[in-house]
Amino acid sequence: MAALIEMRGIERTYVMGDNLVHALRGVDLTIDAGSSIAIMGTSGSGKSTMMNIMGCLDQPTRGNYLLNGKDVARLSRSQLADVRGRMIGFVFQSFNLLSRTTALENVEMPLMYQGLPGRERHRRALRALEQVGLAERADHHPNQLSGGQQQRVAIARALVGEAPVIMADEPTGNLDSRTSYEVMAILQGLVAQGKTVILVTHESDIAAYASRVVTLRDGLVIDDRRQTPVKAEVAA
Amino acid sequence: MSIFTTLKLALRALWRNKVRSSLTMLGIVFGIGAVIAMVAGGQGAQQAVKDVFQGLGTNVLILTNGSQRSFGAAGGAGSRQSLTWDDMKALESGEISSIKWVAPMLQARAQVASEDANWSTSIVGTTAVWFQIRNWRADKGAEFDAETGDSNARVAVIGKTVATQLYGTGNPIGQAIRIAGQPFEIIGVLTSKGQGPMGDYDDTVIIPVKSYMQKIEKGLAKYIKGQVLISMTQDDLAERAMSEITALLRDRHKLDASDDDDFRIRNPAEFAQAQQDSTQRIATLLAIVAAVSLFVGGIGVMNIMLVSVIERTREIGIRMAVGAKPIDVMTQFLVESLVLAAVGGLLGLALGAGAAKYMAGYFGWKFFFPATTAAIAFLVAGGVGVVFGLYPAIRASRLDPITALRYET
Repeated sequence: MAALIEMRGIERTYVMGDNLVHALRGVDLTIDAGSSIAIMGTSGSGKSTMMNIMGCLDQPTRGNYLLNGKDVARLSRSQLADVRGRMIGFVFQSFNLLSRTTALENVEMPLMYQGLPGRERHRRALRALEQVGLAERADHHPNQLSGGQQQRVAIARALVGEAPVIMADEPTGNLDSRTSYEVMAILQGLVAQGKTVILVTHESDIAAYASRVVTLRDGLVIDDRRQTPVKAEVAA
Repeated sequence: MSIFTTLKLALRALWRNKVRSSLTMLGIVFGIGAVIAMVAGGQGAQQAVKDVFQGLGTNVLILTNGSQRSFGAAGGAGSRQSLTWDDMKALESGEISSIKWVAPMLQARAQVASEDANWSTSIVGTTAVWFQIRNWRADKGAEFDAETGDSNARVAVIGKTVATQLYGTGNPIGQAIRIAGQPFEIIGVLTSKGQGPMGDYDDTVIIPVKSYMQKIEKGLAKYIKGQVLISMTQDDLAERAMSEITALLRDRHKLDASDDDDFRIRNPAEFAQAQQDSTQRIATLLAIVAAVSLFVGGIGVMNIMLVSVIERTREIGIRMAVGAKPIDVMTQFLVESLVLAAVGGLLGLALGAGAAKYMAGYFGWKFFFPATTAAIAFLVAGGVGVVFGLYPAIRASRLDPITALRYET
């Protein structure tokens, strides 16, 4: 399988006051298309920085990052935004839906920035909501939805642009175990459809749903192993 | 992102904060409203001044006797008897080519009476061309013709005010009128000119100059005891005509080079210009004050947009995460402030036009809707939106998506 993500010698340093903080100190990582991977680590291990760089929200201080064969480490902010829009769908711990905006409109949002006409946006957003089983809640506002439903809307938003990579940052952090299970089932379903799902988590039982677990500590990869993922099956 | 989508987003964002948006808009509304009202008002006031002087007749010079100076005390304009009827004939002779018409204008207050009313008014003795110079026509009946004007016929053309005072709603044509006790026949009623700088234009009675001299002044005189109105063949000849008339009269009066003129020539147009200039200055001043209030309105927009950017930091982060480019974010906020200012501008236009209309009614001006100014003001409102929205919009576009996503509201 072709490498979708290829990181070589990634370093990221921040200036914090007078100190230099080395969040990543040379990470090499290759992720194949259509796989699921969990990035683990305690807080301060660099996993958030890792996710930001992988998600093209941030850029490495040193090193190369090839996303789908293209080096994105030196792109402008505008080009980076374009890459995010086409390649990556985000799912956040705190859902990050726009309040006072319907589920459908939230899902439509990424398509606006790709310049799709309204009708096409509408059609595709509705289909994405169907995929996460929330088509009938399309006109609900986030505050009228449960946490699990909100996260499903967020997943629909990540899907709608047909990005090959789904970056999920602690996707179940704000959910109870039953809805966590549902969300993980949806994410696993996406892997089955050929998406690459990257989970960032500190919970090993969430990491268990991935086929590969990479552990970071102090800005370095200390463990990288493949496993048979636990299957999350939605109770009918 | 398409313009349409951007516009829709902006409208929705503004609608979400209705109260705040309308209050912000109010600054622009009043700013633009004030500019429009002041400019429209200024134009109205200027036109009013213009109209007043146009009532005197356009393109007219007023020739009067000079002032008598005895033992160092000047007697004031017309106190000296120097202009003669022969002087007037010389002016009429065509010797000065820039002169078109010349009319005497002798004036005195006298009591006029109909069968059952009487009224004190201004009696004017003149010739037929006076109506041409003043550009004043009879509304009913007719002005007197050249022959009647030069005769001592006992006919009168009366102003609207006199007609109303003496005959009410009745028809005065053909009626007898007593002027200073002397019977005259009314042959015309003049169209209304309204108020002038010297009072009511329509409060007057016009009679042939010879009749005036016989019946009002009592006895024919060599000197003209009043004014002579002179009109030029073209608008821009006033300067030339004045110097030519001066030369002619000085020659006729046999004045030495060291002597002062014993007559005066006034150009009401100059006076009108001065009046108009001062009105213009005040109007400009008011427009500047109005522009300052528009500027303050613009600062209000900037203020609110800055607050809005901070409030929506997380939204900006989310939008950036899903692919919004910095330019998209900037455009979004810029369009919001533009819409705010443009809608405010439109409302301000309506408000300003309303205020201008009210002022026009109140002061008796003509109502002008300054279309050009309105268009400019509207563009300025848009400009205010862009200029004052630019800084907040740039700030929004420069946000770091990671920080923005983490921002707690």
